[in-house]
Amino acid sequence: MHFELTEEQTLLENMVTAFVRDDYNWETREKIVKTEEGWKPENWSKFAELGLLSVPFSEDHGGLGGTAVDSMVVMEQFGKGLVVEPFMPSILLSGNLISKLANESQANEIIPKIIEGESRYVFAYAEPQSRFDLSDVKTSATKDGDEYTLNGFKSVVFGASMATHIIIAARTSGDQRSEDGITLFLADIKSNGITLQTYPTIDEYRASEVVIENLKISSDMVLGEVDKAYSVVEEVIDLATIAACSEAVGILQVLKDSTIDYCKQRKQFGQPISKNQAIQHKLVDMMIEYEQAKSILYAAVTADLSNADERKKAVSGAKARIGQSIKFVGESAIQLHGGMGMVDEYMISHYFKRATMLGVLFGNVDFHMKRFVGLTQSNIEPIDGSATIRGGY
Amino acid sequence: MDTTFSSEDIAFQNEVRDFIANNYPQSLRDSIAEKKRNNEELSREDLTTWHKILGKNKGWSVPGWPEQYGGAGFTPTQKYIFEQECARAECVIVAPFGPQMCAPVIYTFGNEEQKAKHLPGILSGEVFWCQGYSEPGSGSDLASLKTTAVKEGDHYIINGQKTWTTLAQHADWIFCLVRTNPDAAKPQEGISFILIDMKTPGIEVRPIYLMDGINEVNEVWFDNVKVPAENLIGQENMGWTYAKFLLAHERSGIAQVARSKKAIERIKQIAAAEMSYGEPLIQDPAFQRKIAEAELELTSLEYTELRTLAKDSAGKGPGPESSLLKIKGTDMQQKLTELAMEAVGYYANPHMGTSLSNEYVGPDYSTNLSGSYFNFRKASIYGGSNEIQRNIIAKMVLGL
Ligand SMILES: Cc1cc2nc3c(=O)[nH]c(=O)nc-3n(C[C@H](O)[C@H](O)[C@H](O)COP(=O)(O)OP(=O)(O)OC[C@H]3O[C@@H](n4cnc5c(N)ncnc54)[C@H](O)[C@@H]3O)c2cc1C
Repeated sequence: MHFELTEEQTLLENMVTAFVRDDYNWETREKIVKTEEGWKPENWSKFAELGLLSVPFSEDHGGLGGTAVDSMVVMEQFGKGLVVEPFMPSILLSGNLISKLANESQANEIIPKIIEGESRYVFAYAEPQSRFDLSDVKTSATKDGDEYTLNGFKSVVFGASMATHIIIAARTSGDQRSEDGITLFLADIKSNGITLQTYPTIDEYRASEVVIENLKISSDMVLGEVDKAYSVVEEVIDLATIAACSEAVGILQVLKDSTIDYCKQRKQFGQPISKNQAIQHKLVDMMIEYEQAKSILYAAVTADLSNADERKKAVSGAKARIGQSIKFVGESAIQLHGGMGMVDEYMISHYFKRATMLGVLFGNVDFHMKRFVGLTQSNIEPIDGSATIRGGY
Repeated sequence: MDTTFSSEDIAFQNEVRDFIANNYPQSLRDSIAEKKRNNEELSREDLTTWHKILGKNKGWSVPGWPEQYGGAGFTPTQKYIFEQECARAECVIVAPFGPQMCAPVIYTFGNEEQKAKHLPGILSGEVFWCQGYSEPGSGSDLASLKTTAVKEGDHYIINGQKTWTTLAQHADWIFCLVRTNPDAAKPQEGISFILIDMKTPGIEVRPIYLMDGINEVNEVWFDNVKVPAENLIGQENMGWTYAKFLLAHERSGIAQVARSKKAIERIKQIAAAEMSYGEPLIQDPAFQRKIAEAELELTSLEYTELRTLAKDSAGKGPGPESSLLKIKGTDMQQKLTELAMEAVGYYANPHMGTSLSNEYVGPDYSTNLSGSYFNFRKASIYGGSNEIQRNIIAKMVLGL
């Protein structure tokens, strides 16, 4: 039993750490998020050079064959730098879908281009009414000969404006909320029939509303089996949820450490504010919340993720618990910075905002608590002795 | 990263499981169940029988000791497995005062005679110990303690009062912090660590009843108690250093994760039996949420403990992280005793086993659950209160 990284994982970590340190300091990032595009395409080339874009793909396809630990290692560091390039949506989410579902000819066509940094996919799944329910899909795909026609609306698709291609979840059969009947389609994001309405998010990433109107897609652009996408989507979103948790843990570390530093430096009443016990205990609780978050992330990445029930339990457990840490550590960080915590110019508020939005991504605390309850509190045998009611009965 | 057990670990786990199955006496199980039901104190026999059985098996009563003193020499993973198995089988907890608190000070700072005299009895469970640190005026600020030890020839004369002394009513020996130099520059510098035979004339033990009605702690009064000077551990006035060493020493098990896991399992089963709105309580979303939150907190804590253990195995030495385990571990115990009480609704009320109530009411499993809730408020007070633990982290870990 151990929590050490392998040699390869350590190399990966060092590489990403160096990138964040050397190419992504605060001023650089500030410039990037203020551009029209909201990212820096050269960074993507850099990721390609570093081999990061190959993480989710199998070794057969020139990938790294990465595990949950690998994506944790990358995302924790990206979190520390608030890296806005769409690594999670395009590589860990869409890349993983492609890796799991592409047929041989699709894989040969698509994967090398992703790894080289030429193509970027995003996955459009959420809809205005679906909230976090992956089976709630209204966007329709109707088949006519060799071609599907898609109509619908997708919400808050991160990185869509930076993407070359899109994967759309659409309903090919069944009711609006049935797990059966969901199919994935690959399309060029510039296709006729796709309109993006792109906007910055509160944490300075970019997302788009995607309007799909009479989008024609040939049936060989179906990704995976017709009607049967749900369970793979659920699995891939679960794995991406671990990535989101990892990013959050990286951010929490920055929030905690920066707040400790700030409290040691900031003087009021003639002494550092960290000399006040009310502040010390708050800082200790932030540290505990950070450690607990990190621990449950470790529990998730070392769980048996190949077993669907274990995976769901581990992922929802981690996301729910880390969601609580995000709120506590984030809000405390702002409080202990006083007015400075409120200021847009100072970095702490940016970490707080990103962490908070990660709390929403792929399901918030309530959503994952409920899912966790479903997996851990059904079919419990009543305790012995329940029949023995004494005293007068 | 790898949290699976090696095949050796699994073999060890089976060995522990078999040992418990074959050696934990049913009579002990029954006796403890009966006491709990009747809200009675455990007897000395209840407290020591299992200790004695473990003591005859390769030092399993003292898993943390070095092998040269008869300890089991467990790896950190083995310690973890051992605790988990004992909790799973609901074995009575081996009282920590001798094995975990006093003995490490003896084998680290004591002389050969002291080791030879005391360690075997602690290992075997024949000699029962209690801890005499706290005093009426000295709780969190322990270094202010006033019980005096004045050297007279080859003896110390002890005067003063200890309090909150857990299970002193059963103890053969007490290890105490006493003031040997009232004029020291700092209060910490005038304190010594001394072992006292509870049968020495001048010692009086007076019971204190806690809010659940149980005599768990006591006052221990010392009136001109004559203690051989050879009972002083290490050097005079160095007692504070030894006591502090102890604080960071024995951390495994401090979080009581395995016991809390068992408790959650039980709460779920109780909630599956209790009815609310015509359905089992376990289907009530409000209660479900509380169970889930507790379970997740416990998983986090388990991995926090595993991470510390892994650090220990890698030889990276223990640190003040034990304070974190203490805070979260006791939070957990308190949360779970609360949930268990809450689960039984009105049947939290009856107080069974007093002289006024000898007929049992309510479902079997509900008996005295509220007693546990009230009793476990102690957990965030003793062993260095959770506020004091935060002070320690603030200073030692965060450098504030
Ligand atoms: C059930 C039980 C069993 C015990 N068993 C033993 C035993 O076997 N042997 C033994 O020696 N002792 C034992 N104790 C005593 C225990 O260690 C003390 O109760 C504990 O150290 C707290 O001291 P106190 O009770 O005097 O509280 P106080 O020190 O008076 O504290 C009162 C409150 O003030 C807070 N406080 C105090 N100082 C600070 C500070 N600097 N910053 C912030 N908050 C502070 C405390 O956290 C607490 O909430 C036991 C106690 C209990 C309840």
